[in-house]
Amino acid sequence: MAIHKVLGTETEYGIVVRGDPGFNPAVASSLVVNSYPGERVKVRWSYEEESPGRDARGFGHDTYGLIDPEGAVVNSVLANGARLYVDHAHPEYSAPESYDPLEAALYDKAGERVMHAAAVAAGEASGRHISLYKNNSDGKGNSYGAHENYLLSRETPFGDVIRYAMTFMVTRQIFTGAGKVGKENDRPEVDYQITQRADFFEEQVGLETTLKRPIINTRDEPHGDPSQYRRLHVIIGDANMSEVQNFLKLGTTALMLAALEDGALPDPLDLEDPVEACWQVSHDTGLARPIKLDGGGSATALEIQTRYLEWLSKYAEKELDDPVWAQLIDEWERTLSLLETDQGKLADTLDWVAKQRLIEGYVQRDGLQWSDSKLKALDHQYHDVDPAKGLHYRIESRGGFRRLFDEATVGAAVTDPPTRTRAYFRGRCVSEFPNSLVAANWDSLVFDVGEAHLKRVPMMEPLRGDAARVGDLLDEADDAADLLKHLGG
Amino acid sequence: MSDRERSQSRDREQPEAEEAVESTVESETDLEELDDLLDEIDEVLEENAEEFVKNYVQKGGE
Repeated sequence: MAIHKVLGTETEYGIVVRGDPGFNPAVASSLVVNSYPGERVKVRWSYEEESPGRDARGFGHDTYGLIDPEGAVVNSVLANGARLYVDHAHPEYSAPESYDPLEAALYDKAGERVMHAAAVAAGEASGRHISLYKNNSDGKGNSYGAHENYLLSRETPFGDVIRYAMTFMVTRQIFTGAGKVGKENDRPEVDYQITQRADFFEEQVGLETTLKRPIINTRDEPHGDPSQYRRLHVIIGDANMSEVQNFLKLGTTALMLAALEDGALPDPLDLEDPVEACWQVSHDTGLARPIKLDGGGSATALEIQTRYLEWLSKYAEKELDDPVWAQLIDEWERTLSLLETDQGKLADTLDWVAKQRLIEGYVQRDGLQWSDSKLKALDHQYHDVDPAKGLHYRIESRGGFRRLFDEATVGAAVTDPPTRTRAYFRGRCVSEFPNSLVAANWDSLVFDVGEAHLKRVPMMEPLRGDAARVGDLLDEADDAADLLKHLGG
Repeated sequence: MSDRERSQSRDREQPEAEEAVESTVESETDLEELDDLLDEIDEVLEENAEEFVKNYVQKGGE
């Protein structure tokens, strides 16, 4: 049986200081992260090699001498278990580890609220107006990422992951794209394309994320017990404003990986040239372009995704009880079916279709050329996380987007961690013992309880540290020292 | 059978003329809705699009 697909997103936001384009974006990003008004702890983020953790109920603790080369960089852990920090010249929100793709989409949405609150507070603190954008390109050849992470078994041969995921990632773009006016990075001219990111992918497989970006990223940093786990770090996706679309992106990918681990997939359809196919799929909003398959023949991205849907719906029905997978299959079926028969109907589901409808509306009403700045402005502004300005939100507030979560649920996800992963332990510790928490990483927390040494709690099992295992301990602990005493016992 | 399949099979049973009328009405509603949406967005759209786009410059990230 495939290991549980714990998953989550990490998103870098575009940042603009109004009226001051020369303002240093790293400084502006620090201002945003430092100003976040919600519950959090500013910590050091430690990257040191983990020693094997002693796992008593998933946890042990040992002494730990702390030197963090990035100590000066602003970094914080939020009460919902997320990490909010500055990465290069962008504020970044890394969502807490989630139990299923629905929850992962929820915590990604919570990140938009966190960023908006931080931008507002930063504006008040600095007297400047800072805008943040959940997108992936500035239209001038600079891209920033929206990454996904999926827990994999160490036993799954990585060569298999590469083969199946390559075709899957290239073809899933038809429902993962956030839409973009124009092209970048020397790709052929196009008025409008499906994704923000496709133009930037130049290699099939590799370790890079900032140049010569690969379709399959090989970073091997499991953030868990390395003898058991691998983390697939997916860098080819777009940031999504649409909740349903994010659920689809995360869910279909997690399902494909689970089926792959269970040996439930037929031979993969290999593409002759995945890098070329990547932008070709993105540039083809009519979804009609055949992609050459390795060894002869061709198929459209939609045809290939329909094949994956057939395989994976059978797998999900047979192997997975959780209703979240039936919900996913329904959405996937609806989406692929409408992409084939009536794309326009997906304007309430997919960012790229909604944005296209909006922009084509302007082209027709105002007789604009595709090179008109107004269209690129619409493109960017679609992703503004200010509810008054962001065009996605404007459409949504008119009932133009199907939602998965009501606002109260999103609000709760800003303050409360997921309950079924180790993010629960991290988030609760931020709420309960903020003054004792001095450093954090995905797989450990470091406490200062007033003794000679700092105490580290390793969290090498992503599914432990959940509410069922540590909820009572956290409820009953008087302070961090008391908690550690009981954890270690 | 999903709702979508049900609605498709219902559509198939309708006479063609009726279908055509229905889809025209639908697309007119769509267009009115789009007009409304564009009007609303006119109110919030960046005032100087050219300046906004020119100044929208990001460092590469990741």
